Amino acid sequence: MSAVLTNPALPPVRESPGLWSLAWRRLRQDAVGMVSLVVVAIFIAMMAGSYFGLIAKDWNKEKGVSYANPSFLAGSENLEARSMGAKDAAAKAPPVDLSDVDPLAPRYKEWEERAAKIAVTETKRSEVLPFGGDKWGRDVLQKAIKGSEVSIFVGLSAALLATLIGTMLGAAAGYWGGWANDLLEWVYNVFTSIPYILLILAFAAVAATSGKFGKGILPIVLILSLTGWTGIYRLMRAEYIKHSNREYVKAAQAIGASNWSRMFGHILPNVSHVSLVQLSQHVVGFIKAEVILSFLGFGVPVDMVSWGTMLAEAQNELVIGKWWQLFAAGASMAILVTAFSLLTDSLRDALDPKLK
Amino acid sequence: MSAMTPPELILQVQNLDVRFRVDRKSEPFAAVKGISFDIPTNTTVALVGESGSGKSVSAMAILGLLPENALVSREGRILYGGRDLLKASMYELQDIRGKDISVIFQEPMTSLNPVFPVGEQIAEVLRLHMNMDGRQARARVIELLNEVGIPNPQLRVNSYPHEMSGGQQQRVMIAMAIACEPKLLIADEPTTALDVTIQKQILDLIASLQLKHRMSVLFITHDLGVVGDIADTVVVMQSGEIKEQGPVKAIFEAPQHPYTKALLACRPRLDRRPKRLPVIDDFMKGDGHVHLEERKRGTTPSDPIILEVKGLNKTFYLKEGLFGKRAVPAVKDVSFTLPKGKTLGLVGESGSGKTTVGLTLMRLHDATSGEVLFEGRDLLSLSEKQMMAYRRRIQIIFQNPYASLNPRMTVGQILVEPMKIHSIGKDEGERVGMAFQLLRRVGLSEQSFYKYPHEFSGGQRQRIAIARCLTMKPDVLICDESVSALDVSVQAQVLNLLQDLQDEYGLSYIFISHDLAVVKYISDKVMVMNEGVIVEMADSDEIYRHPREEYTRKLLSSIPKGYELAAQPS
Repeated sequence: MSAVLTNPALPPVRESPGLWSLAWRRLRQDAVGMVSLVVVAIFIAMMAGSYFGLIAKDWNKEKGVSYANPSFLAGSENLEARSMGAKDAAAKAPPVDLSDVDPLAPRYKEWEERAAKIAVTETKRSEVLPFGGDKWGRDVLQKAIKGSEVSIFVGLSAALLATLIGTMLGAAAGYWGGWANDLLEWVYNVFTSIPYILLILAFAAVAATSGKFGKGILPIVLILSLTGWTGIYRLMRAEYIKHSNREYVKAAQAIGASNWSRMFGHILPNVSHVSLVQLSQHVVGFIKAEVILSFLGFGVPVDMVSWGTMLAEAQNELVIGKWWQLFAAGASMAILVTAFSLLTDSLRDALDPKLK
Repeated sequence: MSAMTPPELILQVQNLDVRFRVDRKSEPFAAVKGISFDIPTNTTVALVGESGSGKSVSAMAILGLLPENALVSREGRILYGGRDLLKASMYELQDIRGKDISVIFQEPMTSLNPVFPVGEQIAEVLRLHMNMDGRQARARVIELLNEVGIPNPQLRVNSYPHEMSGGQQQRVMIAMAIACEPKLLIADEPTTALDVTIQKQILDLIASLQLKHRMSVLFITHDLGVVGDIADTVVVMQSGEIKEQGPVKAIFEAPQHPYTKALLACRPRLDRRPKRLPVIDDFMKGDGHVHLEERKRGTTPSDPIILEVKGLNKTFYLKEGLFGKRAVPAVKDVSFTLPKGKTLGLVGESGSGKTTVGLTLMRLHDATSGEVLFEGRDLLSLSEKQMMAYRRRIQIIFQNPYASLNPRMTVGQILVEPMKIHSIGKDEGERVGMAFQLLRRVGLSEQSFYKYPHEFSGGQRQRIAIARCLTMKPDVLICDESVSALDVSVQAQVLNLLQDLQDEYGLSYIFISHDLAVVKYISDKVMVMNEGVIVEMADSDEIYRHPREEYTRKLLSSIPKGYELAAQPS
């Protein structure tokens, strides 16, 4: 034996940790990564809570006056609310006496008596809401929470789906080459040769007219992911072309590993950083794309709220100086998107065993 | 400056101490521990040591090219022309670099910028340091290219790096380095990435340029063998310390330090074939006693044949134009037999088709035509499914141990995977047990099971690759340049391991290498390939004693002789 380095004193009894458990262990040591993970988890919990009606259930109630001030700006003037109040007051003013000509006049008294029997509670619209109100006096904070349901779901699931499609197709084209590559490149060229918005609208039109996917969130997810996979596909294909000629893949072939295992067991962990970064970028992009779709009327139905519809509303409000709706939606989006990007960065580092 | 450099010395390194900060918690890693040596004018000094001995770090310290996390102690001095280079400003160093002191790196392919013609890259140096205008620079570039032996310099001045061979690229690097007539040329492993024949040419070129320009050369290498011909003084380094330094004659004829003796002895030699190659530990720890017993090699016609290759052809097709294809034959009508339990050496330069033969046998390339008979069955005609049963029995160890192990898998996963694929072992527990056994067998600790490949050195990684093959209990092992990327000392250990395994399990090897000394040591039968054809095939002693073909003779004459009388282990 040559230069034996054996060390029999050290017992080898230890659980063999897999890639993922090691990655989790490394992620836990990363302060930034853990904070981002917590933030993302809070957002997802918020989304789930609002979906099951635990929080922000009555976001649709008109609780405040029109454009109610946020509580931290309670004192400032609210011209819009005052003018609305004036209109209401005008409506309540006693009508002109028409009893001479009105054939129903004798019955008014009877009706008034009957109406008095029904208890009517006049809801007192509050002047101030925690984060301000919108045009109809709905609570902006609750709207933002309810809106996260649509936005996060659309952003995350569309990005996941697009990354999945892009990765699978990219892997197939890059690994197999030949006619599989030619075919997929052709599809890719067709997709990228059409202007993006036009492509989205075309898909949206198909989804709307066929009506197979119903109305609501699902068609948006499908539209965004079916049009958004191309960039990911291009990058993954390049990575697969590069890696499928590497010696470790040849070595795996030599020991008899199947094509499937080489593609996804050997190469994928080595290129996963690319899809992770793409995933985080696309989450951001798709949350914004949902805004565009909603704005154009292909997005969420009118009885739902998303950060996108909030931003669309905020355009008109900004002109009259009501900035809080924009701020609520924009800040929620910024915090989530930043946390998510940092999380994927940490995840990428955690998945690389070379970085300690 | 307190001390002037004596006129006969061009550079003095005094008490150089370099440490690297690894992270905040641990102590800085000591790479160079207070070394001192001189470089006299008009001589060649060789700095020899294994990977990690601190030889390259010392050279980079001279040029002020150490990475950010390096800590250089204040006691150290590098005196050049009355100045201490360690305390020189960035601008002073920029002025010295390239003009007074220039450097040739190991990898010419990555040191040249691929998007500029080579002539322009050399001219840039001239414009920067010699203030030449375009026309003067071009004339000088042609002169330089001619001097370093590039044929047709008027034309080649416009060539791009990829249009040149590795040897020519290294010549361009040398032309660039000598462009400003430097006083000191630092050559950092300039021939390690090259074939033997090219290595010889480059070594001759450096030696002749040194004489002609009367400059000094600091030649850094891990292979004591190559410096025998060209160095005047040798400095031997190990783990950051100088073990021995002296004139080349003294180092080779009467080495004092056991480490120097070990470095001299561990290179396989053409005239001897010990049962085991001596390794560093034999000299450093043992009593210095080395196994001198000779091993008999060779084949007889009655040896049972395990693998027979008949008329193997492999042609690659290059795209040309829009629809055209050009056939590039890589292997032409190759036939040979591999006797059971023996080693067949396959020698040739880069591009001779030897690696293609290995990959085609494994069906990692599809052969164009021919037969590969393994126990009478033609492997090339089997379906993928039928092939699975044979996959296990022919295995391959690749050249680059840094690339052939999946960086995202632990050593344990790497070893268990093939056993799972071929259903070796009853369950996970048994497989893990077998993996531990194999790790011990190839000389690695059991803790290695939980580590990732990047935590190991090149030699250790090659052991892991060997262990991976052994999990499948193969009959034939193809070693594709398996020791070429390793230091000579580590190469000896791995060769010994391969030999031990052959003795123990009766493995048959196909040993592919461009290093003739290694092939001679390990092989029973040697096959020389050139441009896809077998030039000559004979028993290994026979082919080295009486080469019949011109090409074989040319290969043999390029082996660095070193100081042949040296390395007599006591």
